[in-house]
Amino acid sequence: MRIINRRPSRFSGFFLAAIPFIAVVVVYMIASRQRLAENPADKLLPSFQSMGSAFWRMAFEPDRRSGDYLLWLDTLDSLWRLGIGMAIATALALVIGLLIGFIPHVRSALAPFVATFSLIPPITILPILFIVFGLGEAAKVALIVAGTAPVMIRSTAQAVMTIPREMIIKAETLGASVWQMLTRLVLPQTLPGLINSIRLALVPAWIFLISAEAIASTTGLGYRIFLVRRYLAMDVILPYVIWITLLAFILDRLLLVISRRAFPWFHLNGESL
Amino acid sequence: MHMFLKSLKAMGLAAMMALPAAQMSTAAAETKSEFKVCWSIYVGWMPWGYLQDSGIMKKWADKYDISVDIVQINDYVESINQYTAGGYDGCSMTNMDALSIPAGGGVDTTALIVGDFSNGNDGIVLKDKAALADIKGQNVNLVELSVSHYLLARALEGAGMSERDVTVVNTSDADMVAAYSTPDVTSVVTWNPLLSEIEAMPGSTKVFDSSKIPGEIIDVMMVNTETLADNPDFGKALTGAWYEVMGLLAAEDATALEAMATASGTDVAGFKAQLATTKMFYTPADAVAFTQDAQLPLTTKFVAEFLFDKGILGEGAPSPEFVGVAFPDGSIYGDAQNVKLRFDATYMQMAADGAL
Repeated sequence: MRIINRRPSRFSGFFLAAIPFIAVVVVYMIASRQRLAENPADKLLPSFQSMGSAFWRMAFEPDRRSGDYLLWLDTLDSLWRLGIGMAIATALALVIGLLIGFIPHVRSALAPFVATFSLIPPITILPILFIVFGLGEAAKVALIVAGTAPVMIRSTAQAVMTIPREMIIKAETLGASVWQMLTRLVLPQTLPGLINSIRLALVPAWIFLISAEAIASTTGLGYRIFLVRRYLAMDVILPYVIWITLLAFILDRLLLVISRRAFPWFHLNGESL
Repeated sequence: MHMFLKSLKAMGLAAMMALPAAQMSTAAAETKSEFKVCWSIYVGWMPWGYLQDSGIMKKWADKYDISVDIVQINDYVESINQYTAGGYDGCSMTNMDALSIPAGGGVDTTALIVGDFSNGNDGIVLKDKAALADIKGQNVNLVELSVSHYLLARALEGAGMSERDVTVVNTSDADMVAAYSTPDVTSVVTWNPLLSEIEAMPGSTKVFDSSKIPGEIIDVMMVNTETLADNPDFGKALTGAWYEVMGLLAAEDATALEAMATASGTDVAGFKAQLATTKMFYTPADAVAFTQDAQLPLTTKFVAEFLFDKGILGEGAPSPEFVGVAFPDGSIYGDAQNVKLRFDATYMQMAADGAL
């Protein structure tokens, strides 16, 4: 049988998935052990024990200075910023994206602008964001929105434009108004695409969240990482990175499950990643 | 044969991926002839760039039959991290960061050349307020856990306040000037050249600066103790070259000043203004005297206590005395069994005696 037709069983599929993870862990352990053998206080590649105890300390022991449980405080604040930012970006994508995709005049007016705006790296206009939104939460949320909304608008508009023309003509023949077509036809057809674009936008959203928190902040996952980097506390940074990865993974899976439950028709053609 | 070569290549690739981290640390020990030191932009460190560009470093390295590469790194903290990880044999940093990053990270480090101390280069600026006492209750934007943070702690201490009286907001130095121009930001602690730029903005008053705690923020060329012990020529070449450039600076050599001013993005007048708030040790004798002074152990105690208080010495640290610091007279602050930072005037003394 050709290799493209041979499918792994459930067990060997799980095993195959585990191999690269195990390989990374093993390589890390070897390198870490070598460095620690030479300098037991080495900070660059800490042992799993010291990372574990650092994680425990951040999560379950109150901070000496403020009495807060830092990991949960950072996680909560970061997720809050991420959530607000993504909510605004999604709302923008939905409203502007639908209009651009469905109404030719709006498309002519806004599509080139959005396309241009989406190419500006938001980090480069940070000082302007500061002046407009201040240095508080608003600027951090604005950075996330500026970094994700334009691309989401474009992909939503694209999703609207790929709705089969026949369906729209059918609705018009049945006497639907523009509003009825928007709410009963275009919106339901676009929503699974929107969820998909949220999933894709979460990647840059995390990057912008972390960089926003690095710039001016008192809490947050990105804040903590950039703070302890000042004394090379990799025993705190690495668990935080794993934690962020885990959070991002869970969010991604959650959106996929929602999409599958709410729009089973969208997932009819085979597997998706 | 082909297959064999291929798998050999693959194995090599895997080994390459696994090894660099381990190799970097082995670079420390034994005699060698090629050395790398790093530095980052700061008024007192501009001579390092000039050393490399002018060929003075090469001249001194050739004299001792070694080669020394001086590399500029754009991010200060990253340069220290690179040194601590073993990527460089030496790096310019402050006494405070030397204690917290390499020494706290178990890398035995020696202060080879004490270059200067900040004498007004770091300062606290308030917007529309005139006195340090007005800082109470404000948000203070600064690079947390840096010398700015230390300066703030010392200033508050002197004014009978503590950090509880303010809210520290960690702000990247790259964005400090832009941050200060927003209405939310009412007080900042930063260093030159940012400090002079912020001070020049309307409504700004500098209410405290490092000239009020002279000799506490020290800028030093730190080198790996083991490397130095195995290769005294490395220390001699570096020290000799440094003081040749110091001589040029003290004599206000036009070429040297011009080059350093351009490298720091200003003109000769601007560079001189920055030098005015920096107490440079132009002669090795001055640096030796400072290093041997009884004030240094006291400063070290302040710094160690600040670092411990902020949890920067590491969670394994039971007290500020966790990391030992040795001074030229043989006295030690902290744990004598765990000396990781050494102030050593040997090479500067050689330079003073003209023995290099």
